[in-house]
Amino acid sequence: MTDSTQTNLTQQQVRERIEQRLASRHRKEKLFRGLGIASIAFGVLAVVVLFTDIIGKGSGAFVQSAIELRVHYDQQVLGIDEVDDESLAWANFTGVIRESLRERFPEVSGRGEKRELYSLVSTGAPFTLRDRLRANPELLGKTETLWLAADDDVDTFVKSLSDTEEGFRGRTSEQKAGWIQQLLGSGEMKKRFNSTFFTNGDSREPEQAGIRAALMGSLFTLLVTLALSFPIGVAAAIYLEEYAPKNRWTDLIEVNINNLAAVPSIVFGLLGLAIFINFFELPRSAPLVGGLVLTLMTLPTIIISSRAALKAVPPSIREAAMGMGASRMQVVFHHVLPLAMPGMLTGAIIGMAQALGETAPLLMIGMVAFIVDVPGGVTDPATVLPVQIFLWADSPERAFVERTSAAIMVLLSFLIVMNTSAVLLRKKLERRW
Amino acid sequence: MQTPTLFALLLLLVLVAYGTGFSRALAAARSRGGMRNLSSLPSYYGLHTALWCGLPALLLLGAWLAFDDAIIRALVMNGIADKPDTIAGQNLLYAQIQNLAAGHLFGDASPQVQAAAERLSSLQSGSRNLQAALSLILASGLGAFAALRFSPELRAREKVEKVLRGVLITCACAAIFTTVGILLSVLFESLRFFQSVPVTEFLFGLHWSPQMALRADQVGSSGAFGAVPLFTGTLMVSAIAMFVAVPVGLMSAIYLAEYASKRVRAIAKPIIEILAGVPTVVYGFFAALTVAPFIRDLANSVGLQASSESALAAGLVMGIMIIPFISSLSDDVINAVPQSLRDGSLGLGSTRSETVRKVVIPAALPGIVGGVLLAVSRAIGETMIVVMAAGLAANLTANPLESVTTVTVQIVTLLVGDQEFDSPKTLAAFALGLMLFVSTLVLNFIALHVVKKYREQYD
Amino acid sequence: MNTMTLDAAGAEPAKPESVERKAVDTLTKVRETVGQPLCDDAKLRMRNVNVFYGEAQAIHDVSLDIGRNEVVAMIGPSGCGKSTFLRCLNRMNDTIEGCRVEGELSLDDEPIYGPRVDVVPLRARVGMVFQKPNPFPKSIYDNVAYGPKIHGIASRRAELDEIVENSLRRAGLWNEVKDRLDKPGTGLSGGQQQRLCIARAIAVSPEVILMDEPCSALDPIATARIEELIDELRENYTIAIVTHSMQQAARVSQRTAYFHLGHLVEVNDTETVFTNPQHELTEAYITGRFG
Repeated sequence: MTDSTQTNLTQQQVRERIEQRLASRHRKEKLFRGLGIASIAFGVLAVVVLFTDIIGKGSGAFVQSAIELRVHYDQQVLGIDEVDDESLAWANFTGVIRESLRERFPEVSGRGEKRELYSLVSTGAPFTLRDRLRANPELLGKTETLWLAADDDVDTFVKSLSDTEEGFRGRTSEQKAGWIQQLLGSGEMKKRFNSTFFTNGDSREPEQAGIRAALMGSLFTLLVTLALSFPIGVAAAIYLEEYAPKNRWTDLIEVNINNLAAVPSIVFGLLGLAIFINFFELPRSAPLVGGLVLTLMTLPTIIISSRAALKAVPPSIREAAMGMGASRMQVVFHHVLPLAMPGMLTGAIIGMAQALGETAPLLMIGMVAFIVDVPGGVTDPATVLPVQIFLWADSPERAFVERTSAAIMVLLSFLIVMNTSAVLLRKKLERRW
Repeated sequence: MQTPTLFALLLLLVLVAYGTGFSRALAAARSRGGMRNLSSLPSYYGLHTALWCGLPALLLLGAWLAFDDAIIRALVMNGIADKPDTIAGQNLLYAQIQNLAAGHLFGDASPQVQAAAERLSSLQSGSRNLQAALSLILASGLGAFAALRFSPELRAREKVEKVLRGVLITCACAAIFTTVGILLSVLFESLRFFQSVPVTEFLFGLHWSPQMALRADQVGSSGAFGAVPLFTGTLMVSAIAMFVAVPVGLMSAIYLAEYASKRVRAIAKPIIEILAGVPTVVYGFFAALTVAPFIRDLANSVGLQASSESALAAGLVMGIMIIPFISSLSDDVINAVPQSLRDGSLGLGSTRSETVRKVVIPAALPGIVGGVLLAVSRAIGETMIVVMAAGLAANLTANPLESVTTVTVQIVTLLVGDQEFDSPKTLAAFALGLMLFVSTLVLNFIALHVVKKYREQYD
Repeated sequence: MNTMTLDAAGAEPAKPESVERKAVDTLTKVRETVGQPLCDDAKLRMRNVNVFYGEAQAIHDVSLDIGRNEVVAMIGPSGCGKSTFLRCLNRMNDTIEGCRVEGELSLDDEPIYGPRVDVVPLRARVGMVFQKPNPFPKSIYDNVAYGPKIHGIASRRAELDEIVENSLRRAGLWNEVKDRLDKPGTGLSGGQQQRLCIARAIAVSPEVILMDEPCSALDPIATARIEELIDELRENYTIAIVTHSMQQAARVSQRTAYFHLGHLVEVNDTETVFTNPQHELTEAYITGRFG
């Protein structure tokens, strides 16, 4: 032990030097803390902006402008004498609607003006009339008052009126805007709940486009995914957790699983294209292939969470069952698996949520086609909700922006429901050992 | 026979087999005076017989369904004398034959095609009948065999468990099959691509314009496959994303782990993690319709030229997407740093920020680096945001306000829509896919290794 | 909060229950600390200290002085609050969410708690050594230089070198590590690590060193080395040491404080406490009837 203990620095000097730097150190501390708060704020702000942006853009799509017209199902205009499938297919419903419009605005004349007038109503309106007549054949030759969907330009203009005095006219002429104002004033044009959005498939016309086909496509795809990935994932987890010896082969499997969890999803799309479609010649655009691809993609997630659930079952349960003379398989299937099931289901739900939001690999296997019909099975051509969003986001019409956002809202609400139920399931069925 | 009917019949046979095995075991038990004189429970005898009956038949059926189309096609095409030379031509011809055979096509087909179509339909129906007959014979034969072989000494449980174990192992190997499948699918097509475009041109060429002439006499495009602009574009967008995500994600993890009270943590953490659950297509829409125009207007207002699809917008939004990824991974590793180290530092009179910067972060660095590498691999492979917001123009630029294109964008553009499968244009997508797969694989491998080593350090 | 465990070995197994009941009975009578908790030349003064973890009270109305250049040992059964009390002295309890300290605590008559008190210089004056050796995952040199660097104590590299050397010398570690100062501190043995932590604490020239069971993770030989060191350090520093070993308290300290269930039961000269305890709880504890 030396006695020359810090000869050149007395405690007093040390105190003074510490004091000197205190202020600047505390400033730095405040700055650092501020940066932390700013980062959190940035993250929260991003969530808020994202959601308000989507909701702000999309909430309009749940209503749709409609025009109230007196429609006369005139046999002559329709060109039919009786109501049957063949005549309905040929009948001129467009003429009937034009007739009604001319009746409502008798002052309109000239080809150009008339064309303007006719474009007030959606080009899908004739189909509404046809369906109505098919359901009520006795209407033929009679007159009724009906709400018909307005054209998307009209709809956009009407909706923009609530934002600004002028409104967004776009392609709408001044004269047409005048008619619209007139209809609005007399209550013959109103924004009504847009049921088309939930009952129709895709369409080139925004006012006729809906998400039903995409929803069904998503449903079929997810069914295939769930039916394959859950059993395979659980089986793989059981093998790895309960049976697998610790050797290089098992290590290889584990490395593979962890790596696959981080492989870009689009690569799975390439696999689907090269193997399922080109090699096995499965149909393009089919939920079956989409489900297969998403199965491969979600398998790592499900295996990893299932293994965690199995790990959480205490060894004492296995030992107790084993002590009763149960075989390994009986121990696993009778005792361990039921206890691990809640955890596995949680993992499966999270995996399905991931699959539901996935887009890129499905583009590769042709689920990006323009599909109007609602798919009826796993081999019908279909699209899924995220891909529908992608397609609509690319469309130039202003009215599609609103529908894209609305579709996003639907997608997000599904995801929120799924993730919340996963959290609740975990909380509710969680056991403390 | 239609496939669903066949499956139903098979299922019925399996059920019958189960019942036979079960009842035989029950009868044997009764005659021997009790269940304990059997070597397994009756249900295992049932399962044993059912497996003999169903499994081989199902395997046969599966293989048949997977390969019959390819074999039939080869047989039909071999029967045609003067085939087109190109694969595309053959595809077209075969599609025509298929349509004709299915009755979708009427009218003027050459006699040769008509003959082929007839051959196709006869082969198809023959295949279906043969498949049904074979699988049913196999199922009933093996089922009967197993039922006849029944004896109370048969260790049915062990045999059933052996089969089940085999099934479990097969499922566990699904991950390996997938990796192999990915490798095979990208590797083969890439090799074909590199036969027509040299590897060096692909890796070091500065010009990317994959439009190939459809006809020989078409003007304009000969196709250039220099992927450097794609690589730089990918790197720029990823770099911007990391520039946003790493500081924000890391700082919020630090704040949540070191400063925030339990209540703030319980609220802020789930909110930030919402960002991780938002599908990428939603981010893409947000980037393309909200952020990109905002950035363009902002740049224009300060007198800068900005494209409406900019690398900045895509990178920024991608960064937001990656924030929760970085923050939750960093949160894990920061919490794994023992409290005693913090106490040691605080006990010496350092401030919290000094403790974080000089002790906690250095101790957690390997884990954080691993997390960032995983995030980089995610940024490189991210597709929808860039497809919707970054653009298609293969610009070799360092200006983030210009539009750039990335590897993933090109894969999507090259493969979406109608294409011939063997043109260099489509094959190029697989070459890009190979690059993507290899680079992310390397990144993931390093990252997982680093994180694992880090975990072991504090376990 | 407290679990009073009966020490079967070494105790009188005949009537353990009655001893325990007696302990609890007497506890209700603990209001005033027995002995001499206060002294004239106090470095640290604590008056009527109460500590709460949320709703639970961990320290009840403790008053104690720690004299200049004195080693005070705090003993008591585990969970008696001695570590909690020690951590009040340099406000390490601030890092625990929900912990609240009441009472008057002062260092050289300057308050330790208070809205205007800065913990940074306080902790530089009152250093701390922890139960488990906790060297930073840095080199030996950087471990010792850490405090001087953050506080900006050394103005030149040479000065820093000197501080590091002096601190390591004082901690009795210099000869063992002078050739491998750039090697990681985590590579040292447990006893060396703990002496490194002492050197690290000394490097910022503290006036008081708090030691929270510094030898509990060490083997007997390393423990003896640390005890010697404490004796040497007494020349320059005031030391408060929490220990679970009565022998250690007897060997290193001048005064001993006995804590029980958050109460300070007795404070006296170490010799008096161990030879002639005045409170029956103290006696019961040092004779090993519970621990």
